[in-house]
Amino acid sequence: MQAHYDCIIIGAGHNGLVCGAILARRGKRVLIVEASTSVGGPAATHEFAPGFRASTAHLMHLMPRSLITALGLEQHGLQFAANGMATTSLSPSGNHLLLTPESVAAASPVDAEAYPAFLTRMTRLAGALRPMLASVPPRLGTDAWSDRIALLKLGWQIRRLGRKDMRELLRIIGMNAYDLCTDYLKAPLLQGALAFDATLGGNLGPRAPGTVLPWLVRLAMQGADGNVGLAQPVGGMGGLSDALARAAKAAGAEVRTGVRVDRVLVADDRVTGVVLSSGESYLAPVVVSNADPKTTFIDLLGPEHLDTEFVRRVDRARSKGVVAKLHLALDRLPAFANLPESALRGRLLLAPSLTYVERAFDAPKYGEYSAAPAMEITVPTVNDPSLAPAGSHVLSAVVECAAYDLRAGWTEQRDAYQALLIDQLEGLAPGLRSSVRAAELLTPVDLEARYGNRGGHWHHADLALDQFYFVRPVAGAAQYSTPVAGLFLCGAATHPGGGVAGENGRLAAQAVLAKAV
Amino acid sequence: MSAASGNSKRYDVIVVGAGHNGLVAACYMQRSGLNVLVLERNDYIGGAAVSRSLYPEFTYSNCSYVCSLLRPEIMRQLELPKFGLQVIPYEGGCTMMHDGNHFALYDNHDALRREISRHSKRDAEAYDRYARDVMRQCKFIKPLLLREPPDPTSFKIRDIQELLYIGKRFHNMGEKRMYDTIRFWTMSAADFLDEYFESEIVKAHYAGSSIIGTALGPRSPGTAYVLLHHYMGDIDDTVGAWGFARGGMGAVSKALGASFEASGGTIRAGAGVSKFLVRNERAVGVALSDGEELYANTIMSNMDVKRTFLESMDASDLPSEFVEQVRKFKIRGSSGKLNIALDGLPEFPAIPKGAPCIRGDMHVTDTIDMMERAYDDWKAGRWSQAPYIDMLMPSQIDPTMAPNGKHYMSVFTQYCPYELADGPWTPEKKQGFANSVIETIARQSPNFKSLILHAEVRTPFDIEREVGLTEGNIFQGELTMDQLLFNRPVPGYAQYRAPVRGLYMCGSSTHPGGGVMGAPGHNAAQAVLRDLKKVA
Amino acid sequence: MSNPTDGVTHFNQPLLKTPFHNRARALSQNDSFVAWAGYTTVDVFTSPEQEYFAVRNTTGVYDLTPMIKYRITGKGALRFLNHLVTRDVSKLKVNRVIYTVWCNDDGHILDDGTLFRLGEDEYWLCCAERQYDWLLDSAIGFDVAVEEVTEQVAALAVQGPTSCWTLKQLGMSGIENLKPFEVGRFQVEGVDVMASRTGFTGDLGYEIWMPPEKAEFIWDRLMEAGRTRLIRPIGSQALNAVRIEAGFLMPHFDFVSAESTIRLGRDRSPLELGLDWLVDFKKGHFNGRRALVAEQKRGVTRKLVGLDIDGNKPAHSALLYTDKSGQTEVGFVTSAMWSPTCKRNIALAMVNAPFFSVGSEVWAEIYLNRELLWERRMVKATVVEKPFFAPERRRLTPPADR
Repeated sequence: MQAHYDCIIIGAGHNGLVCGAILARRGKRVLIVEASTSVGGPAATHEFAPGFRASTAHLMHLMPRSLITALGLEQHGLQFAANGMATTSLSPSGNHLLLTPESVAAASPVDAEAYPAFLTRMTRLAGALRPMLASVPPRLGTDAWSDRIALLKLGWQIRRLGRKDMRELLRIIGMNAYDLCTDYLKAPLLQGALAFDATLGGNLGPRAPGTVLPWLVRLAMQGADGNVGLAQPVGGMGGLSDALARAAKAAGAEVRTGVRVDRVLVADDRVTGVVLSSGESYLAPVVVSNADPKTTFIDLLGPEHLDTEFVRRVDRARSKGVVAKLHLALDRLPAFANLPESALRGRLLLAPSLTYVERAFDAPKYGEYSAAPAMEITVPTVNDPSLAPAGSHVLSAVVECAAYDLRAGWTEQRDAYQALLIDQLEGLAPGLRSSVRAAELLTPVDLEARYGNRGGHWHHADLALDQFYFVRPVAGAAQYSTPVAGLFLCGAATHPGGGVAGENGRLAAQAVLAKAV
Repeated sequence: MSAASGNSKRYDVIVVGAGHNGLVAACYMQRSGLNVLVLERNDYIGGAAVSRSLYPEFTYSNCSYVCSLLRPEIMRQLELPKFGLQVIPYEGGCTMMHDGNHFALYDNHDALRREISRHSKRDAEAYDRYARDVMRQCKFIKPLLLREPPDPTSFKIRDIQELLYIGKRFHNMGEKRMYDTIRFWTMSAADFLDEYFESEIVKAHYAGSSIIGTALGPRSPGTAYVLLHHYMGDIDDTVGAWGFARGGMGAVSKALGASFEASGGTIRAGAGVSKFLVRNERAVGVALSDGEELYANTIMSNMDVKRTFLESMDASDLPSEFVEQVRKFKIRGSSGKLNIALDGLPEFPAIPKGAPCIRGDMHVTDTIDMMERAYDDWKAGRWSQAPYIDMLMPSQIDPTMAPNGKHYMSVFTQYCPYELADGPWTPEKKQGFANSVIETIARQSPNFKSLILHAEVRTPFDIEREVGLTEGNIFQGELTMDQLLFNRPVPGYAQYRAPVRGLYMCGSSTHPGGGVMGAPGHNAAQAVLRDLKKVA
Repeated sequence: MSNPTDGVTHFNQPLLKTPFHNRARALSQNDSFVAWAGYTTVDVFTSPEQEYFAVRNTTGVYDLTPMIKYRITGKGALRFLNHLVTRDVSKLKVNRVIYTVWCNDDGHILDDGTLFRLGEDEYWLCCAERQYDWLLDSAIGFDVAVEEVTEQVAALAVQGPTSCWTLKQLGMSGIENLKPFEVGRFQVEGVDVMASRTGFTGDLGYEIWMPPEKAEFIWDRLMEAGRTRLIRPIGSQALNAVRIEAGFLMPHFDFVSAESTIRLGRDRSPLELGLDWLVDFKKGHFNGRRALVAEQKRGVTRKLVGLDIDGNKPAHSALLYTDKSGQTEVGFVTSAMWSPTCKRNIALAMVNAPFFSVGSEVWAEIYLNRELLWERRMVKATVVEKPFFAPERRRLTPPADR
């Protein structure tokens, strides 16, 4: 006897959970299936050493307040150990820079006025993109009024900026972060930090045109009303995912972990359900995949249900990751030279200059890892001691850049790379090495193996102009719907992109409700 | 060139700089009944489109070296063939590899297919898809070259009409090709080529054109669209769109100059402009470096925007925001050039005997990675250790360039910085740069070094000094997305008109940018003529 | 020291020669060759008319080697092909052939060709356009190997009323039992030859496939076997004439591959080409199906049809109009000829709705050059059924000897 649902969601990553929760709240019978034994995907909290817990995606900063409220996540247990976390740009020489207008003014008088003005202006420009990021992308060249209206609205949003800002937006939208930084700012630590955020997760260094766009997207989403800013949920990111799962369940969705979908069932050119690797099948007229496009279309659906040019686009979509993740179990609080302990409540960026970040991105082009990596470091146990045994600490670092297809081979190189990263940290926080009790290094290949996203890309697919909006992840699947009726996407490879934002899941649910059920 | 006679005469228009765009603009304006004076700092006209005799009996196209995108409409309207311009197509091209193999382009489709299939059978057949997609983009873009970019922030009827025109052309491509178009214009050459080809050498060969003259690598987004330059000629349906100007690139300038003078225009060479004169917020004339002042109602600058506005004007005559935008305009020197006189035809063992590709553009590289590493060197402020070179021997085709049996070789090189990380250019460093290029060629040609009679070495620094191009950037400004179309040279001023009334820009700093195309000059002239109500 | 570039000469001789080239050149009185798919092949041996009548009266032999051939193997071959082409390949039995087309995502034709099933998991796809790139991209996610074997197989089309008799004389006994679109294996003096009852002439005929190194041997034996019945080699001009009579389509004339169009709207769907019968909407998804379903629902706005044109002047490249005044265009001729067998002035033409239904009248604008004097004629043309010529003998098994 097969169970029937209105909608099956493959993958209980945060976007799958958001999508499922919303559909369930709209009265749909929803089943969310997850191959792993816990929900959340990279936004889960896992024990990487006895008593030490960490989250692969370690910060939350893009999820709109409205979504948190709408899903009642706080009622379902979401609590913040910290929010509005500050950022410190680390300097190898010890002249670290706390990224607040006051500290910037003190450290770099030339930027004193420029920095706040720059932030205000960029936030304003990014604001014009917000409606675009919060809606299903229209299709081009159709006769549908909804598409035309959406395009006109987008044009109107940009025009509303006024002539000067509109011109600046149209100039910088295709520009590189490097030039944006040098056009407006002077302090290398400030420029480096901005460049880090602009390029995080992608394959392109700050000199590459198009790198302003991901930064504007980030700014637009962070700038939404009531946004929690950089935040750390209690219990790590698993705290968020668990709350999402509870919200989904409370709305009536069924969440089943430890079950792997083998393929999507299709009959008469529309989706009818899924078959699990156990052979069991569930039926539903709608299947939403939180998996990446290659996995979804080639492995789960099968190319026989698709057309060649579409499959070709999926095949060529750039989804090789360059981000590695390092988790260290420390028996004491790391002491970063010249850094006030309070800074550990925020995040630390090792991106001391534009050149430094640019060089880090040179390595993966040639199948190498960078010997001078850029990093986003948090010590989550400072805000949330529950993540480690008393007195002990966890250091969590997003590391750039390391090639997915490392020429020298990850099996051969992983130890050397881990040692290099710890050396790097030791340089910043002398004595750290001796406090390391255990370490977990997740290379792009490990991320792929653990989370199943082909290429191990931090955002499932590069967020670049040629993989954005109308063409994200590929033309023909940019509206969350796919060529096969009833099959939808909701993962990070969809608009508006990666990061724990939940917008992809929300918009996918919107597309499902508009089209299918 | 006519003798100096400007003092007594009143001109309607003064064009500053006798580069090809200045001359094109001058021709159009003179032919429309305006009295035009062209001033040129050097003793010769042409700017970067020149033929120079720097070694006895040899002619060097010592700056620009091929006639690629020169608009057929311009050649025809200005009667350049009548004034002596002949463009002779060159034959294919090739890339030589370090293992002694090579990849060659042939005009014959079957020869090309068999050549590609030596490297990859699949690529041989993917090539047709590649050529088709690039041609589709050519068709889309071609009519935009000779049009003034609309200002998207404007509500003027003309701007809205132009926006609608572009929008309609875009819409007419159909949904699928609209998405293809968005991607084509934003992708890197490497990513774009990856969508078609698997062979490293095939990709490397085609990627070559995407980095010429630019401070970007083949992996930088926004470089893919440059690949269409090679197909522009095909879509023009004009045989020989890519070729050598007989007599060197100076022949282009010479024909333009002759066409201009035949229609009554005046050129003064050796007359460098030191300043644009502004009175009551209106451009009224120019001051020459010897102090002489010349007046006209319309002034047009063929110089790049930085030289025009930052070096030749008082900031107080310009809106401060505009000055700021011009400062932000990216003009980056990234290319060097060697001009070499050879005592005979160098041997290239990698190329089969008798293969015509030696009469085309020859390159030395194996992979896109090698080209990207060459770019990484530039980023670090040094010339590329393994430079990407684009070399041609026009004398094989054009008998006017060198004595019989001897050859002139033009070697264009990516990358060479304008400023070195370890301090200013010195003669020793310049020689170091030259050596890296010569050695690269010598590795492919055992007798090359022994044939060298003379070599002129030009770093971006030299190009700036001699030609006046800021940082020696051959396109008068990077051709990146933030500096194209309505953003070129700066947002709000993409319509050839400077913020000062009566002052116009016609250099490659303006839309559609660089290359010896003539389009900026044509469009700038149209802007003047429209403002003076000489045309609709 | 050997150089990777040694032996590269294609810049001097871009066109390949087929294994029959020396024989063909010897018999080519006109020395008239044309390029076809990267090979040089004979356009006319002696006279197009004589060669044409060989196919319709005795046996004509056409060198088919340049036809692009792909070998498709693997467990997923059937799934792959069923997804690739518009017909139901699951119905194709071993040693059978089908004519089919395949489309891009928009349901526009990439090419037409014949699909051979030579074994449980082994197929050949024979076609006019090179599309290795398309086939490999179509193979993403399928357990299948695609290999181009054009240069590994030599082939001859042996076509005409005495073709079966001739092949029997050649020693291919049992060939008479081969049904249309059937494949058989034979031996000619110890040489393995594969034969299929297929062709591009609309007449009784076979295509024989052999190793290139045996090509000249088979050619010689074949010419000898058919000598008394006036077998003769034919060039591409004669072939073009018989294929128009048979109503077969020629790429680059009657349609352009959707893989090579630059301009929008130049592609053709199978429905527009009147090939509806090749499209199996019931077999499940295949490439372009969704677009074709939508097109079928909309109805086509133009169609490739047969025309019977007044007079006897071939309407090459003629534009078609609604009436004699020539004010309103309704289409254009894609292939045209005076049919010597049917004694009709026939053409294939792309005609707009509603003029493509059988019996419709349109007017063709024909230009005639009479001793350098150009004349323009408006001639009435009627939309008629295709094929123009379809003799019983093409289907008869066993075929008659003459």
